[in-house]
Amino acid sequence: MDIAILVNFSLLTLMMLVVVVLIRLKSLLGVALTNGIYSLLSAGLFVTMDAVDVAFTEAAVGAGITTVLLLGTIAVTGMEQTVSRHGKFLPLVVIFITGAALIYGTLDMPPFGDPKAPIHTHVAPHYLTESTNEIGIPNVVTSVLASYRGYDTLGEVIVIFTAAIGVLLLLGKTVGKRNK
Amino acid sequence: MDTRAVVILREVCKIIIPAVLLFALYVQFHGEYGPGGGFQAGVIFAAGVILYALVFGRETAQRILPLTTVRIFIAAGVLLYAGVGVGTIFLGGNFLDYNVLLHDPKHAQHLGIFLIELGVGITVAAVMITIFYLLDEFCE
Repeated sequence: MDIAILVNFSLLTLMMLVVVVLIRLKSLLGVALTNGIYSLLSAGLFVTMDAVDVAFTEAAVGAGITTVLLLGTIAVTGMEQTVSRHGKFLPLVVIFITGAALIYGTLDMPPFGDPKAPIHTHVAPHYLTESTNEIGIPNVVTSVLASYRGYDTLGEVIVIFTAAIGVLLLLGKTVGKRNK
Repeated sequence: MDTRAVVILREVCKIIIPAVLLFALYVQFHGEYGPGGGFQAGVIFAAGVILYALVFGRETAQRILPLTTVRIFIAAGVLLYAGVGVGTIFLGGNFLDYNVLLHDPKHAQHLGIFLIELGVGITVAAVMITIFYLLDEFCE
């Protein structure tokens, strides 16, 4: 068997197992840690797709810092999940409808890895062939992220900035008062 | 915790943390050649500081990086990024059009990317450290 298929198959199987564990876990501590494992596995999947920059981000942000911050949050909120008062039927219906809508949405999409897909024929060829002349750095991902799409990246930074403002507004006041 | 376990933890962290911080700087300044960039570097740098705060106590970490300083860095990164954009307007280009920064367009692109990635790294690291500080302080 092709080694790439084998690796993809094992990674996806492990991810599915992790999701089943995630659903069944009641301990929030366990959920936070399992979430980190899921992120690490998807980072592995991104590596097999040659998207090392994405994999790096997923490993550092998803598996690393998110787990730490989630653990910090759980230390504030408590370790156990509160039992839901809803029945099991309604969530199941909602999930089925959402899932069906998502699958219906993918029907129009080009097949996985299709070289003629719009995403590969629009601006991507220009970035790949011209970025060395226009930007002059070897990593095309950085060229796109920092130069061609500098606006979007500024937006992303402001999103993170806003997150900090939110946390400062929620927790900063209480913490500041306690120190006085 | 057992005192000996704490000693081992502290000694191991003393070896690991400088390497983590150095790796963050490598990812930050090598992002144009290899995988990585401001986002990843900022997160790794924050992870190093958070590890330090976890092992040696938040108060010890805050003697080097107090919350007020980190809060200034949150805004400083965004300002550096947007400042480069405003700077390129004043030099006669479009917003974030780095080509006008220097005479040679490629050097100018290099400089622009270097500066905005630095802004991204500073903000991301500062935000992560702030959130950790606040959560940790709130837990007490």
